[in-house]
Amino acid sequence: MRLELGKINITDVQPGEVTKVENGTLYVNQQEIIELALKDDRIKDVRVEFARPGESVRIAPVKDVIEPRVKVSGSGAMFPGMINKVKTVGSGRTHALVGANVITCGKIVGFQEGIIDMSGPTAKYTPFSETNNICIVIEPADNLETHDYEQAARLAGLKIGALVGEAGKNVEPDEVVVYETKPIAEQTAQYPNLPKVGYIHMLQSQGLLHDTFYYGVDAKQMVPTFMYPTEIMDGAITSGNCVAPCDKVTTFHHLNNPVIEDLYKRHGKDLNFIGVILTNENVFLADKERSSDMVGKFVEFLGLDGVIITEEGYGNPDTDLMMNCKKATDAGAKVVLITDEFPGRDGKSQSLADAVPEADTLVSCGNGNVIVEFPPMDKIIGTLDYVETMIGGYEGSLREDGSIEAEIQIIIASTIANGYNTLSARMY
Amino acid sequence: MRKLRVVHYINNFFAGIGGEEKADIPPEVREGVVGPGLALNKALGNEAEIVATVICGDSYFGQKTDSAKETMLEMIKSHKPDIFVAGPAFNAGRYGFACGEMAMYVEKELEIPVVSAMYRENPGVDMYKRDLHIIETEISAADMRNAVPRMANLVLKLAKGEEVGSPAEEGYHERGIRVNYFHEKRGSERGVDLLVKKMNGQECVTEYPMPVFDRVDPNPAVKDISKVKVAIVTSGGIVPQGNPDRIESSSATKYGIYDINGMDRLSADDFMTIHGGYDRAFVTEDPNLVVPLDVMREMESEGVIGELANYFVTTTGTGTSVGNAKGFGEDFAQKLVADGVGAVILTST
Repeated sequence: MRLELGKINITDVQPGEVTKVENGTLYVNQQEIIELALKDDRIKDVRVEFARPGESVRIAPVKDVIEPRVKVSGSGAMFPGMINKVKTVGSGRTHALVGANVITCGKIVGFQEGIIDMSGPTAKYTPFSETNNICIVIEPADNLETHDYEQAARLAGLKIGALVGEAGKNVEPDEVVVYETKPIAEQTAQYPNLPKVGYIHMLQSQGLLHDTFYYGVDAKQMVPTFMYPTEIMDGAITSGNCVAPCDKVTTFHHLNNPVIEDLYKRHGKDLNFIGVILTNENVFLADKERSSDMVGKFVEFLGLDGVIITEEGYGNPDTDLMMNCKKATDAGAKVVLITDEFPGRDGKSQSLADAVPEADTLVSCGNGNVIVEFPPMDKIIGTLDYVETMIGGYEGSLREDGSIEAEIQIIIASTIANGYNTLSARMY
Repeated sequence: MRKLRVVHYINNFFAGIGGEEKADIPPEVREGVVGPGLALNKALGNEAEIVATVICGDSYFGQKTDSAKETMLEMIKSHKPDIFVAGPAFNAGRYGFACGEMAMYVEKELEIPVVSAMYRENPGVDMYKRDLHIIETEISAADMRNAVPRMANLVLKLAKGEEVGSPAEEGYHERGIRVNYFHEKRGSERGVDLLVKKMNGQECVTEYPMPVFDRVDPNPAVKDISKVKVAIVTSGGIVPQGNPDRIESSSATKYGIYDINGMDRLSADDFMTIHGGYDRAFVTEDPNLVVPLDVMREMESEGVIGELANYFVTTTGTGTSVGNAKGFGEDFAQKLVADGVGAVILTST
């Protein structure tokens, strides 16, 4: 499967009569977005606001972040099985508005949606302080049931992401990157002397607002499967979860999976990137056993020499991470884990909830329990009403002047366990 | 600017008051510097000075630890220190213990920073390194000239409230504390680097060595549960409406004990969940899903269990550190035992 990804660099976002890209500026017809969102009668009201790098703006509670993309050629359309028909994606050509994002926010769904600061000392913890954001502030219908609200907000974000993405269809990209992985026999033959490498991608699937979707299938209802790496770039995987904000693998992060990107950079040089094993993080032990057994079986069947494993969330999924590590090792692969740490506010406790001796090579994406200070911002997009009950917040977190003291796990994707950020932790 | 005030603690040997035969001398205090304090004072330069030195024999401290600590605390306090320094103890085990104990006590009671210094095999290092900055020294006093500048540097930083660098930068024993920093490469790139090295058989150093867990062996099965008092303990965050003890939604620092006397089930009017790690919708409607009082009362009336304790113990499990959780357990287990509870049902979420 071969995908050309055309990157159109966006350096500013502005309101406009027509949604279009001109000289790096994304103009957005706000009314068009509002009308699209309001087609779902579970949504009562929608506001569209802009947040740019360096502005004194705080966005909360953030549900999802979606990079606008469009299929230019090749089969299928963005986010298949969610907002478009189920059809295999990942080949042909796709355009992405790099540097722009659609962010869904507004009244809290659960408790695990977080904060994005566009400037100040906490901006550096989230990648979305550096992008030009179209914020969709959603007001749910009166008495709307929580799970319906979550779904309505999620689908609105994807639809708006695809709608804005259309603006890039006929724009000449600033850069075109070609990604290709062939069927296994051909791929193995292409670089016969390089070690065969796979990526074990663990999808959050604990359920009850902790969900991820693969071509529209709820990940907790699937057994592990194989995916070409380029499928993810066309939205084969979408986020539907309210996991702790710091750990949230947003839809943006699926589209821009850093492990896939960095494995491709070494593809044909130091390694032969065979593909992605998708698995889940279900809560029942029988599911954990079954899924990790199948992951081990894939590693053996594909003859992988090495794998990288990432997880989404912490605590319970640490067990899946360790079971996958052990079984991939037993199947003959060298294993590297990428995850984040929760050693308590004093940093002295165990960082993970589970461990196996095979987990001897791990990359740390930082300690999520560290307490930081958020100064007041001039403008709030969404609301700060729920700060004290969000993960990372606590009684007394929010002060009258709008400043906040909270653990960095309240910040969207601050310690995301797929290695997207440079934040790490070391032993003092 | 006034000079920062340092009080220094040393044993009888370093104070020049004999050797082992004098190790039983009780605490005393002297104005200014004594023994190794001279070099330390010089290294502190113009910014700080040792205003007093407390001295105690290692045997005396070991035998009468509590009273020695109490006596010396008063001596130290009367000199109004900004920071307290103990040692260096090098490889002297009893002296290391005394330095660690005294430093911990002063830090807790006077709320000022403290510094000690020891050789890595001194038992005091393992006992106190998590809680104290202990400068790394060689095995004997021959290393004094290397240890003193590092101590002075750390003393000044801590006393002035400046940021303390890593163990390697500052020369103290690794404390086992996980501290954040920004790497020049993102995590995924470091992961691929490590994988390539690992596959090539090259050395690759993990960023986090696997932790050791304090596994607890389960007790033998209860022989006859129909004669036993049972208590419910939960990490599912069920609290009375309004969360009177303000237990956190995540990373809990406290737990609560709440009365269920005379209740057949938990009413949603009286109880709620503050847990931030799961979808609360269903438990908000029916708190018995997490604290199964309804079922336990039935079992009590049917005689399946002997009796149900008239309270439940609760906290939030999500993000709560092992250290905090262990502390909670050690604390409330005493109450459970004192109340004659013979078995506990732990519910998690």
